[in-house]
Amino acid sequence: MKPLEDRIADHVKQIPRSGIRDFFELVQGRDDVISLGVGEPDFAAPWHIREAAIFSLEKGQTSYTSNLGLLSLRECISDYVEGQFGVCYDAKSEVLVTVGVSEALDLVCRALLNPGDEVIYHEPCYVSYNPSIALAYAVAVGVQTKVEDEFVLKAEDVAAKITDKTRMILLNFPTNPTGAVEPVEELEKIAQLAIDHDLLVVTDEIYSELLYGGDSGMDRGEHISIASLPGMKQRTILLHGFSKAFAMTGFRLGYSCAPNELTEAMMKIHQYSMLCAPIMSQNAAVEALKNGAGEVEKMRRAYARRRNLLLSRFEHMGVPCFSPGGAFYAFPDIRKFGLTSKEFALRLLEEENVAVVPGDAFGSAGEGCVRACYATAYDKLEIALDRIANFVKRL
Amino acid sequence: MDALLELLEKNARLTTAEMGERLGKTATEVEAMLAKLDTDGALLGFHAVIDRDKVGDVLVSALIEVKLTPERDGGFDRLARRIAKFDQVTSCYLMSGGYDLAVIVEGPDLREVAQFVSEKLSTLDGVVSTATHFQLKVYKQSGFLATDTHEDERLPVTP
Repeated sequence: MKPLEDRIADHVKQIPRSGIRDFFELVQGRDDVISLGVGEPDFAAPWHIREAAIFSLEKGQTSYTSNLGLLSLRECISDYVEGQFGVCYDAKSEVLVTVGVSEALDLVCRALLNPGDEVIYHEPCYVSYNPSIALAYAVAVGVQTKVEDEFVLKAEDVAAKITDKTRMILLNFPTNPTGAVEPVEELEKIAQLAIDHDLLVVTDEIYSELLYGGDSGMDRGEHISIASLPGMKQRTILLHGFSKAFAMTGFRLGYSCAPNELTEAMMKIHQYSMLCAPIMSQNAAVEALKNGAGEVEKMRRAYARRRNLLLSRFEHMGVPCFSPGGAFYAFPDIRKFGLTSKEFALRLLEEENVAVVPGDAFGSAGEGCVRACYATAYDKLEIALDRIANFVKRL
Repeated sequence: MDALLELLEKNARLTTAEMGERLGKTATEVEAMLAKLDTDGALLGFHAVIDRDKVGDVLVSALIEVKLTPERDGGFDRLARRIAKFDQVTSCYLMSGGYDLAVIVEGPDLREVAQFVSEKLSTLDGVVSTATHFQLKVYKQSGFLATDTHEDERLPVTP
């Protein structure tokens, strides 16, 4: 019999192990670690949303739904997306409910890319972008964003990567892991590039509610999605979900909004691989969209306060960190300490029992920084920051 | 100002420097904001929210529905303020609906609370009737759940 390693498909073999996974194993083996390495809210989903899920189970709603998702949910999504982004999608034909944005992205790649097609994305970025593209036999072309630019994606850098094989640009603002937001002027230039070169745009809007504007980040800033720019709706796939703003990560629920032809193509794969998203999650999501805005804003304000705390402490300890406009991550620049991201994170873990994620886990552009998630209870956050201060004092 | 009030409502024990760190302000700015709230009379006071069961306290609490005869000038105000002044009364609200005042009364035991109602409250001129409901168990007070068991069960490192 052939060795089992040889049974693994070539394109899967070529995908490297996630740097996050390696670090996770190190952290998991230790006691009393305060982790700023988590990529999800520390809040449980708001009670009224959990209660809606329980109620739907009590009523015996445990069946499959339409492949596209419950029509009642798609109608809510259509209304919500129009309010949030100012773009209208037809609930019956342009909205697809998925198992998280992760599935939606996988569907986009598999449905809309041919082998060898190139997709431009910006690094540092969420860990699944590159592999999702590679698993669709397409080529991921990274554009490096820099700490000096506060991780803004420059349209000129995108332009430099466009070839005759480019099919798609993948955006994520606010960005995991940096918390960066994209100025509308750059977004407009990128939209123009997409139009000029006839490219599709995929925009992952998962953090779009979590913005920190105005007076000390306490105001909700304005978010502009590329889908709302002139001429862009017909070439954009807007991905969004419930995990971050509604604190519903475990419900595994996301959606895509896209022109009917593209939605149909994605649905073809979704119906065979997933059939539909879980009905109890879909019922909970209806409640979230109908009545969740107040809770979302409350959580956003809590993140804003923690963000202020984190930034103020980093400033005091002399750790340079740009002021992130969204998400719940800070991405401090640790280059002045003469350590790599990995060395910094490892020593911080070993010496002070605080976990942050090395920036290079999100692509080589993240080297020189670490990701600190501030979706953590105050008391823990304060202890973690004291420990980080002790650590950098010794460096 | 709203952001400061939101913070105080959750936790009033922070120092002004700590509040400043959370609000993106300096300690001096926070002090000025607090002074303004104080001058405006917006801060009635600060108190701990105590789970009496946990400290073995046997305090008795009752909600008294009070019906009043309104007065020609001032409606319920004069009488309501008079009732609110009693030390035994911890809260007093004018209500819409089937009765006029909701009065929360606390005392060391059942007898004292009952005595307060029968001797002080119901004998006041203008008090038409009272209905006393004793509190049996606390599930949530002042926004805090009595048994909040939400543990952080997230994986320590996730993308």
